[in-house]
Amino acid sequence: MSAKIITITSGKGGVGKTTATANLGASLADLGYRVVCIDADIGLRNLDVVMGLENRIVYDLVDVVEGHCKLRQAMIRDKHLNDLFLIPAAQTRDKTAVSPQDMVRISDELRQECDWILIDSPAGIERGFRNALAPADVVLVITNPEVSAVRDADRIIGLIEAEEKGPGKLILNRVKPEMVRRGDMLATEDILDVLAIDLIGVIPEDETILISTNRGMAASLDSKSIAGKAYRNIARRLNGEEVPFETLQGRDGFFGRISRLVRAGGVR
Amino acid sequence: MSFFERLRIGRRGTAYTAKQRLQTVLVHDRSGLSPGRLEALKVDMIDTLSRHVEIDRGSVQLSLTKERNQQRLVADIPLASRRSRRRTT
Repeated sequence: MSAKIITITSGKGGVGKTTATANLGASLADLGYRVVCIDADIGLRNLDVVMGLENRIVYDLVDVVEGHCKLRQAMIRDKHLNDLFLIPAAQTRDKTAVSPQDMVRISDELRQECDWILIDSPAGIERGFRNALAPADVVLVITNPEVSAVRDADRIIGLIEAEEKGPGKLILNRVKPEMVRRGDMLATEDILDVLAIDLIGVIPEDETILISTNRGMAASLDSKSIAGKAYRNIARRLNGEEVPFETLQGRDGFFGRISRLVRAGGVR
Repeated sequence: MSFFERLRIGRRGTAYTAKQRLQTVLVHDRSGLSPGRLEALKVDMIDTLSRHVEIDRGSVQLSLTKERNQQRLVADIPLASRRSRRRTT
């Protein structure tokens, strides 16, 4: 086995990195792969609660780095999927407890253990982000259709390219098709136009994300969740499958369709 | 869709404003040249150019643009015309 290492990052906080990591991890494991998710947000760990594994933590990433335990001992097995694991971040330390070289060393050791390694990057552009970026084979940049999040995504894309880890791929999160249709939310094409990056998936705004986070189970394991389905499609694209981009359905009427045609026709 | 929403058809939504603002801010972010520093550069350029040729100081335009992946600093520097020179002197 030689795992592919995917780092999920965004620059701005709160746009969905951890949720994306948990959902992609579950989706890839559900496809039959052996997956290890690493929480690189030392001091502000959260991937454990999103995955519902907070009560099973004994060792963490810093314990591995400092040699207090073996890598295998820090890998917590998921409750639902046998081949999904979490290496949690330390909660009582800070980002300087781990270096980019440590991350590369641990990831190289892990490569032999699994098919996919997903690294949940902390927000920001400092040490924690550098740690998460260092071992990456592929970087996924996640953003919302908000000017602040898109601006930070652009900054991150620049840094990824400077580290020769680019070009990354974009996940556009929390899209409300209704608002896009009205012209009050940046459309996917607008964001791709501004950021000059390839798209790997669009996640619609969906209540099932919060509901599944409340329960500590990935929405991608819920067959009725539309956001979960979008994550499953991203996992398949990561896996090299050609999956067409889904058209997001919002309420639409005659005038909605007209207005879309008018806008598409370049009236602006 | 309500009557008022129908009336909005054809007007530019706020997404249009968002895109315009983003494009401007990203051009500055990527160049590392904030609008304030661009203005300072413009003043310095005008001072330097004025030592060699008489220019219409008020109409100088200095802007950052992006063409594909190439960022460009574009300056439009109108020379003071003879007529305007006569007027000002």
